[in-house]
Amino acid sequence: MSRTDVLVTADWAQEHLGDAGLVFVEVDEDTSAYDGGHLEGAVKLDWKTDLQDPLRRDFVNKPAFEALLSAKGISNDDTVVLYGGNNNWFAAYAYWYFKLYGHGDVKLIDGGRKKWELDGRPLSKDIVQRPATTYQASEPDLSIRAFRDEVVAAIGNKNLIDVRSPDEFSGKILAPAHLPQEMAQKGGHVPTAMNIPWSKAANEDGTFKSDADLAKLYDEQGFDESKATIAYCRIGERSSHTWFVLRELLGKSDVKNYDGSWVEYGSLVGVPIEK
Amino acid sequence: MCGAPKQGGALAGIDLSTQTVIQGSVWHDGAPVAGAYVRLLDATDEFTAEVVTSPEGEFRFFAAPGEWTLRSLSPVGRAERRIAADVGLNETTLAID
Repeated sequence: MSRTDVLVTADWAQEHLGDAGLVFVEVDEDTSAYDGGHLEGAVKLDWKTDLQDPLRRDFVNKPAFEALLSAKGISNDDTVVLYGGNNNWFAAYAYWYFKLYGHGDVKLIDGGRKKWELDGRPLSKDIVQRPATTYQASEPDLSIRAFRDEVVAAIGNKNLIDVRSPDEFSGKILAPAHLPQEMAQKGGHVPTAMNIPWSKAANEDGTFKSDADLAKLYDEQGFDESKATIAYCRIGERSSHTWFVLRELLGKSDVKNYDGSWVEYGSLVGVPIEK
Repeated sequence: MCGAPKQGGALAGIDLSTQTVIQGSVWHDGAPVAGAYVRLLDATDEFTAEVVTSPEGEFRFFAAPGEWTLRSLSPVGRAERRIAADVGLNETTLAID
């Protein structure tokens, strides 16, 4: 696995729009961005309504994921090229999610929607309808997903990486600052977690920093190569961005994303918290 | 939910006795700039949040009292401004030269 296997440039994407065997997928929480203009031929996935169970806090299950991808016209042997807003947070989340359900070839567009817009590249408002497929997902690959008990057990043992902003890490604020600050959970972080914000891995235009810069970043922050790693944020999307950097770009082994993240951990009774 | 809510609009439903709201608009050449990326940086210049301006060029953050920097990025250029925020409403304008 190397950078070119998992990341494509906006130039490459623009040249390959419409190619057979490629499916461009925009992933956002607020799909009004897609509706206002998207990459030619791209289908949309709504982070919340498509990728979250409508009742419990969890993923959609395997049959529901299969039904979703079949309806979107995505086949098992298609190359899925993901992009989205928020510096690709939700696209990275979808990347991790597609990998969890065993999709073979998935890529991110470097810089996502932001770089595309800043470059003034063309957007389309055409309604995209792809013929339905019969998608078959694998059983969830839990080697890349961490649950709460593993996080508690990882205190002092594994690389715990809190990728939220320093003010969320310290408990000064409880959510990223574009959201109202009224949350049920306690402020702070998991003891022994390193605070390596996702944003340190990205340039201002949303593209990822170079492999050399990324390697230096985690090295300087105390990442221990001999240990397994769990990344978390508030709800698991920013930590997907860091999971992508650590596992897919830097090729580190045994990296999990804790999608329960602070919304779960900060609400658990009796677990240790540091501030 | 981490996607930014729709920017601008009424403050109805926002408790200004507890929230520290930093809001304003991005302007260039006498007109508001829609679709500009505005990021909020903390007192150490670290990224805290980012939103995209509304059709009226508006942005809004929910922060905490203290020193912040706002930086806008758009195809027409960039602008930056420091702001000291208190609990309640803190309004500012980012002008791109």
